[in-house]
Amino acid sequence: MNDVAIVGIGMHRFGRTDGVSGRAQAVHAAREALRDAGLGFSDMQFGFGGSHSAGDADTLVSELGLTGLPFINVANGCATGGSALIAADAAIRSGQHDIGIVIGFDKHPRGAFNTDPAEHGIGSWYGETGLMVTTQFFGLKIQRYLHDHDIDAGVLARIAEKAFRNGARNPMAWRRTELSAEEIAASPMISHPLTQYMYCAPAEGAVALVLCRADHARRYTESPVFLRSAAFRSRRYGSFEVFAPWTASERADSPTVEAARTALEAAGISPSEVDVAQIQDTEAGAELMHLAETGLCGHGEQEKLITDGETAIGGRIPVNTDGGCLANGEPIGASGLRQVHENVLQLRGAAGAHQVPGDPRVGFTHVYGAPGISACTVLTR
Amino acid sequence: MKTVDDSLFTETPDGTALLGSRCADCGAHTFPRQGGCPRCTGASMADVPLSRTGTLWSWTIQGFRPKPPYTGTDDSYGVGYVELPDQLIVETRLTETDPAKLRIGMPVELALVPFRHDESGEPVHTFAFVAVRDE
Repeated sequence: MNDVAIVGIGMHRFGRTDGVSGRAQAVHAAREALRDAGLGFSDMQFGFGGSHSAGDADTLVSELGLTGLPFINVANGCATGGSALIAADAAIRSGQHDIGIVIGFDKHPRGAFNTDPAEHGIGSWYGETGLMVTTQFFGLKIQRYLHDHDIDAGVLARIAEKAFRNGARNPMAWRRTELSAEEIAASPMISHPLTQYMYCAPAEGAVALVLCRADHARRYTESPVFLRSAAFRSRRYGSFEVFAPWTASERADSPTVEAARTALEAAGISPSEVDVAQIQDTEAGAELMHLAETGLCGHGEQEKLITDGETAIGGRIPVNTDGGCLANGEPIGASGLRQVHENVLQLRGAAGAHQVPGDPRVGFTHVYGAPGISACTVLTR
Repeated sequence: MKTVDDSLFTETPDGTALLGSRCADCGAHTFPRQGGCPRCTGASMADVPLSRTGTLWSWTIQGFRPKPPYTGTDDSYGVGYVELPDQLIVETRLTETDPAKLRIGMPVELALVPFRHDESGEPVHTFAFVAVRDE
């Protein structure tokens, strides 16, 4: 078994780039990642990648080079990037390949996602009657969570305020203007208790990573970051998930709980050892819930943690240091790899104005999405 | 009465109810009906009418007009999950749209409500839950 290192990272700026296709953004990210590793596409022994709405990743080879490598498309909703990374991890860890690339990219139309119920095995009535709306689910989930754990809804605006503060420090982010908690709370109500600025928006962007056998890493970089573990889980009976016409009265943990625990255990890292975390913040409530579901704090402890600034850059457990989905938008195929890209920057000490102080050594990432999936990674220097 | 999908409903002595499935092996319920049991992985599901009353498990208000495939008349409407005793928690529209009048745990009951009109002007109904009026 070989250990796995990340030796090259590349990104196309998130947000809206009119006139540049999702595929072109992916090619840009791939070339940046290769340049960062000092390698060419002909050095890649495999590729994994995907997008939700911007085309097949394997067709990128017509632009990157027709080298004959096996390039496998990954389509796994919000876990597309995470799944591509898990596949690359297995390919290297097993000894099948020494080095390869993963690419996640997307370009979505403006406005909330609209989804065909048939793709989820649900009757057309579900969409026709207005129940197949992702923003609704997040409102319903956080409403119940705030009730169960007696948390004041006012903390939601604080979470979004931090996201935009971090985004303002990140030159690759989309939303770079700070907003006060008061402005966020006063924006139009989208799905009670969540207002417009508490939600991320579908967007565009691309990220690529070059991964190799850990014992080869110093051939390509002086600052390798090691992918200690990557885990993916789907929902159990009784977890409450998006696009669910019903859920069981018998409650179960979210897939986040198992994916996070599995990734941390495989890495031999306890949640208290995490120095910087990127966790799915589709909306402010998601960050609140995922803080506890990932084990970074206990249920009900979030309000004090956030109010005390402990999740800010410079706090005890900095979360979403690049501004997260709230400030970067959500290009579905790219978001999971954006988180890894950010943690690599943080562990290299190269994050500039959004660098976490104190020489962070352990990074954690978490994505969550429809229809009840989660993927987590642990990175160390 | 015209409904959005007749297979969602069944008639009972108490009135129209939602039609779900119950697993003969483990007792798990689903809505709508399905052939496989998501709890025990078996395939012994039988049709069962779901309770017409329950308690509000969570709620929100849809604040903007959804994109297609939404076909309803209202741009804003209540949405909730309602716990039906000993069965499951069902997602539903709520007739109430005032946040001040919605509370987790409040008793609610099933109603069929018009949510759009078809080409001939006839109302098309879907299910919703409404607050149980005080005795």
